[in-house]
Amino acid sequence: MNRSIGKERKTIALTVNGVSHELEVGNRPFQVAPSHTLAHTLRETLNLTGTKVGCDQGACGSCTVIMDGTPILSCMTLTVECHGREITTIEGLADKRSGKLDPLQQAFVDHTAFQCGFCTPGMIMASKSLLDRNPSADRHTVKEALSGHYCRCISHYQVVDAVMAAAKKEV
Amino acid sequence: MPKNYRFLGKATPRKDALEIVTGKAKYIDDIRPAAMLHGKVLRSPYPHAEIRHIDTARAEALAGVKAVLTYKNVPPWRTGMPKHMPVLDRKVRYVGDAVALVATETLEAAAGALDLIEVEYEKMAAVYDMEAALEPGAPLLHEAFPNNLVSKFPAFGPKTLTKVVRGDVEKGFEDADFISEGTFGYENVANPLPIEPPGVIAQWEDDQRLTVWSGTQSASWHRWIMQSKMGFPDIRAITTQCGGSFGSKNYAPQCLFYAAALARVTGIAVKVYYSKDEHFGAFVLRLGSRFRGRIGIKKDGTVTAVAGSWMVDTGSYSDMTQSQIAVGCGEAQLMLKSENWDLATKVICTNRCASGVIRGFGGQELESALAPILADVMAKADLDPVQFFKKNYVKPGDRYVWREGNHWTCRGKDYSEAMEEGARAFGWKDKWKGWLKPTAVDGAKRIGVGVGIHGNADVGEDDSEAYIRLNADGTATIHASVSESGMGQRSNLCKMAAEVLQLPLEHVHMTPPDTLVNPFDFGLVGSRGTYAVGSAIIGAAEDALQKLFELTAPKLGADPKEMETADGRIFIRDNPDRVISWSKAIGIMHTVTGFGTHKADYSVPNFIILFVEVEVDIGTGALKVCKVLTATDVGQIIDPPSLEGQLYGALGSAGLDTAVFEETIIDRNSGHMLNMNMTDYKWRTFADLPEFENVILETPFPTHRFKAIGVGEVATSPGPGAVLMAASNAVGKHLHHYPLTPNRILEALGRVER
Repeated sequence: MNRSIGKERKTIALTVNGVSHELEVGNRPFQVAPSHTLAHTLRETLNLTGTKVGCDQGACGSCTVIMDGTPILSCMTLTVECHGREITTIEGLADKRSGKLDPLQQAFVDHTAFQCGFCTPGMIMASKSLLDRNPSADRHTVKEALSGHYCRCISHYQVVDAVMAAAKKEV
Repeated sequence: MPKNYRFLGKATPRKDALEIVTGKAKYIDDIRPAAMLHGKVLRSPYPHAEIRHIDTARAEALAGVKAVLTYKNVPPWRTGMPKHMPVLDRKVRYVGDAVALVATETLEAAAGALDLIEVEYEKMAAVYDMEAALEPGAPLLHEAFPNNLVSKFPAFGPKTLTKVVRGDVEKGFEDADFISEGTFGYENVANPLPIEPPGVIAQWEDDQRLTVWSGTQSASWHRWIMQSKMGFPDIRAITTQCGGSFGSKNYAPQCLFYAAALARVTGIAVKVYYSKDEHFGAFVLRLGSRFRGRIGIKKDGTVTAVAGSWMVDTGSYSDMTQSQIAVGCGEAQLMLKSENWDLATKVICTNRCASGVIRGFGGQELESALAPILADVMAKADLDPVQFFKKNYVKPGDRYVWREGNHWTCRGKDYSEAMEEGARAFGWKDKWKGWLKPTAVDGAKRIGVGVGIHGNADVGEDDSEAYIRLNADGTATIHASVSESGMGQRSNLCKMAAEVLQLPLEHVHMTPPDTLVNPFDFGLVGSRGTYAVGSAIIGAAEDALQKLFELTAPKLGADPKEMETADGRIFIRDNPDRVISWSKAIGIMHTVTGFGTHKADYSVPNFIILFVEVEVDIGTGALKVCKVLTATDVGQIIDPPSLEGQLYGALGSAGLDTAVFEETIIDRNSGHMLNMNMTDYKWRTFADLPEFENVILETPFPTHRFKAIGVGEVATSPGPGAVLMAASNAVGKHLHHYPLTPNRILEALGRVER
């Protein structure tokens, strides 16, 4: 990996949901411009529109994806900084072959843990990352982990129930 | 009465659940036409100005720019009530008002083009306070509205409510034992702020045929309302999944104008998708509301007179403010039973982003402004507010004048039981210590409780139509213009049809919200989905079933009256062995169709009561909402989690928290909004959730087959007044200002100077 300062990188290598992408740096269509956020690249270049952009200001949490195990705001992350990273988006949670939902996704379905659903992918990714790190998280921890996620419909109560249901299953 | 419903009252997965949790649900920004331009708006830095000169040559010359429009060359479309707002005007009326439009191949080109448009403004004085706007010589926003007074408009016909006048208020005040008066406002013009900004994609198929995609709450508004504003083109309105609306995205006339105007000149589809800045600063805010008047009551809580002037600040123009006035006037009558009324109204323009349609629709704004006077007069009479509300909320047989000016007699239910059940579950009797008395004191921390109510007679408002197709494969397809903006109504209406048709829920589908394939529906406004839209769909299902039975009669050799159906098979009720499949009955080359309608009915008001417990720290002024409990009666629950979601919504969309921290702050020197981002505009996080409980009764209502009514809209409205009451009781002093920020509380307590 070349990290030398001042040297321009010609391509950005990303793994998204297990698929490797080699993206050219540039300003033409299908290239990654230095100004592109990861949210932009996922949605516009890779057509993974499951990641939502609510505010584009890093304040609503809806663009959350998992990067190397950590939940990050993809609207506040430049794609050119993501070389060599492994990213999981909402499209990457269900089992690829069977289509079987992740237990957390299933819990969201079972609890109707959404209203308009726009904030849901971000909340699921943040919860997924939390449960991966702390499978038996308690309600307080879940609320803290989701405190940066905006939901105007007030799905919060059902979301916490859903995450707790998934947490129990994984213990 | 036992109800053996197969689906109703049971939690079933939302039909769009899989799409939502896997990221496949398509919202407006996920729609990708083959060729599409980006439409962006140049916005005014001044609150009030005339464009003296505008030069677009440099912008037009920029690579990737396909069109630049100004007031000089936009189509002659107009919106507003009455129609007074063109697509672009020579004048700007708030900071953020539209000045020019660009259509470009990329968003980067759009940003560049906006920078290259040269505008010379002649600045004008601006006005931000509604009473100042009425004064002679005040800056005038619209020539058509002298003194900034927006003209009356027959939004609901020639008798549209603009006031409530009945009986003799002077005599009413003479009869009163207690009178309170004053001027109080609910003027924080909070933003409903769904997470997804508004957006529209427009594409002209030919000169007269326009296709519009958008994430709207009411699928048909972009056809039937916008046609009349645009010279009646044939508009096909297609609705994507909607990322929250709360009224605000029932439609988006400006976004649609911009996209359609740019699409017209470029011949290519154009998307106008607002940034969060634009969503904050140039979309819709709540009405500003101020009430100056008095209320008289007797010792026993009988209201003897309500008199005063309700002033409504609509901002830079009126979209549907007159409609909201009409509904607000109706809702006040539901809440306060009085023989004597003299409530006058005024709609006033000021130099800020306009008010629009928002959950609560006039009633929340009027009642929140009335709350301090009501609290004062109840306190004078030493009345328990729960008892006062119970006495004065509309009951079966009571009469009221609704928004269109007709008299209606309530044929709904007495909600006293819901109020009592709610009070019991909340522990009101123990927690209520009397007016301005805290429930508990712990050092500087004072606990107080409050209560508010709200109801709306809109559950059966306006008209709906639906078709249903019974297919030979044992499935049914509902044709109805129903969006999904979070309420779950597309799924819930399928449940109702599945219940009538006795089909597995997964065999009942609904067409996408698209006006080309669906009949008229007024939309998911107010709380009309369950009763009004439900009636049309139930009617369509029953009609189709009747036809199916008639078709089957010769084949089964039986009378249709003897037949029943379940799981795609028809059988004789008393002889279930005589059975025929839908496939054989219908034939694979045929379809059975049914049609159903709903006609407007304003005689069954809904209701919600909201109790709240708050903790106020009199040292710091911090107010914390500790517990919220709502109680209501819905007749029959359709889907428990969807219903609870609507009730939890009391905390969202500029509801209860407009009394706690939500406000749009506008600098009165510059006209700029100071908190137009999601960091400075305060919102409730997961970590700040109060304990929340819902008490839901199911007393059958005289609505449709399933005796249900909707309550989706009403949850936000009783909260603000209830919080004022609770905080007042906590600190021992009447608090009047929304929102109760720490500073306002400390000011009221005399601990800091204003």
